[in-house]
Amino acid sequence: MKPAPFDYHAPTTLAEALALLDEYGFDAKLLAGGQSLVPTMNFRLALPEILIDINHIADLAFVRNEDDGLHIGALTRHAELERSELVAEKAPLLAEAMPNVAHSQIRNRGTIGGSLAHADPAAELPAIMIALEARFRIQSQSDDRWIAASDFFVDLFTTELEAEEILTEIVIPPLPARTGCAFLELARRHGDFALVGAATRVTLDNLGACSEARIVLLSVGNTSVRAVLAEQSLQGKALTGQNIRDAALIASDQDIEPPADMHATEKYRRQLTKVLAERTLTKALERATSAP
Amino acid sequence: MSYTGDAMTRKLVTFKINGSSYETAVREYDVLLDVVRENLNLTGTKRGCDFGTCGCCTVLVDGRARLSCLTLALECVGKEITTIEGLKTDVLHPLQQTFADAGGSQCGFCTQGFIMTAKAFLDEHANPSREEIEEAISGNMCRCTGYIKIVDAIEMAANDKRNGC
Ligand SMILES: Cc1cc2nc3c(=O)[nH]c(=O)nc-3n(C[C@H](O)[C@H](O)[C@H](O)COP(=O)(O)OP(=O)(O)OC[C@H]3O[C@@H](n4cnc5c(N)ncnc54)[C@H](O)[C@@H]3O)c2cc1C
Ligand code: FES
Ligand code: FES
Repeated sequence: MKPAPFDYHAPTTLAEALALLDEYGFDAKLLAGGQSLVPTMNFRLALPEILIDINHIADLAFVRNEDDGLHIGALTRHAELERSELVAEKAPLLAEAMPNVAHSQIRNRGTIGGSLAHADPAAELPAIMIALEARFRIQSQSDDRWIAASDFFVDLFTTELEAEEILTEIVIPPLPARTGCAFLELARRHGDFALVGAATRVTLDNLGACSEARIVLLSVGNTSVRAVLAEQSLQGKALTGQNIRDAALIASDQDIEPPADMHATEKYRRQLTKVLAERTLTKALERATSAP
Repeated sequence: MSYTGDAMTRKLVTFKINGSSYETAVREYDVLLDVVRENLNLTGTKRGCDFGTCGCCTVLVDGRARLSCLTLALECVGKEITTIEGLKTDVLHPLQQTFADAGGSQCGFCTQGFIMTAKAFLDEHANPSREEIEEAISGNMCRCTGYIKIVDAIEMAANDKRNGC
């Protein structure tokens, strides 16, 4: 099928794009990589009257390191993040997840801002951002605000973004000392949306016990889900194999209400959660132990 | 740049495809796949799903593999587009030859998508492992050949390229 007709605008500055959004509000849609939006337009599930193509706003695409962390422009393509040495060095968890984000053709076009704004509960980037305590910059013609990743995702495909706002920048703070992270997912085919995925991060104290743990799961709810009870169970404890297995069981039994669909039953998603939580915690511990 | 969405109006724009310039009239909602197949009659590029899942519509935009069904045509004005028709000179492209030699193509509907994806991949990876090849073509589906001979074909093309054939 073909998309329904729309008015097409291709602003070259952020100010122009914000003015257009201010004028058209709900009737307008931003077009970033189009890898989520265009399929829904092709099938006329999305029928925007006005399309604002932000691909010509050159200064929305960047990766640079600053004192307060790694700054990523919202229009940065998945493929650039995947290839970036700066990302590999400063945010290895993000680098580890990138090859799992869709397929090469889609990564060449899809953007980090589009993925976060789209807020698919099966997407990797929202979970990674929550695990890394990232902050998002959101701009409109009248406002310029920052929001924590953990407050940004509201529900299925729903975020804190208002119709006249653009997500412009992501900041990933430096990791604390003695911290390790790991990401794993299971998908039917490499690059497909995950049946379940886990992004995990642990910080060790001077005695080698866990001072902080983060376990963020994807594809087990309406948004990325933090396994809060499992995280708490590890606080202050030595990360022995048994403690890690216990935490993984808490995550799979108590922290989530996973959906059942044609791809996986609820029980299978719980089983995968347990396995992936255990494996990522073990890997993160290994990395934290050898981290500076 | 802005265009109004009157279904009857088309804009005259110029695309650079396979080294030539084509002036053609497009609607703002046309995707690149529509323009390539319907306006320019370059029907080697196939429409399999319109949803990003099959990879049959893969073309190169500025050297990188892209899904033409998910790319608005207007976004591509000024960029270098390569379709399967652009690979053949007076002889077959090495990948076209190895797909034939390895039996990597049965009905052929998916073949150009694999070849365009593989071309972009081999341009960046001279010495890929089988696993890397499998990962590179994960966005392409084949409903008849199965993937082993397709990976064989890409591996053969990589070897030939390294050996200067
Ligand atoms: C077959 C297939 C498989 C895929 N598999 C995966 C996968 O495994 N994991 C995964 O994470 N993703 C996957 N994707 C989605 C892909 O990663 C998309 O690129 C991404 O989700 C959306 O990014 P985009 O830049 O293409 O956004 P678009 O499609 O352009 O936009 C998506 C939405 O976000 C809005 N938007 C875009 N940018 C901004 C911004 N800066 N500020 C505010 N709103 C904005 C748009 O208006 C739109 O509503 C897959 C896609 C396909 C087609
Ligand atoms: S037609 Fe484009 S991916 Fe199937
Ligand atoms: S050869 Fe028929 S679909 Fe691949």
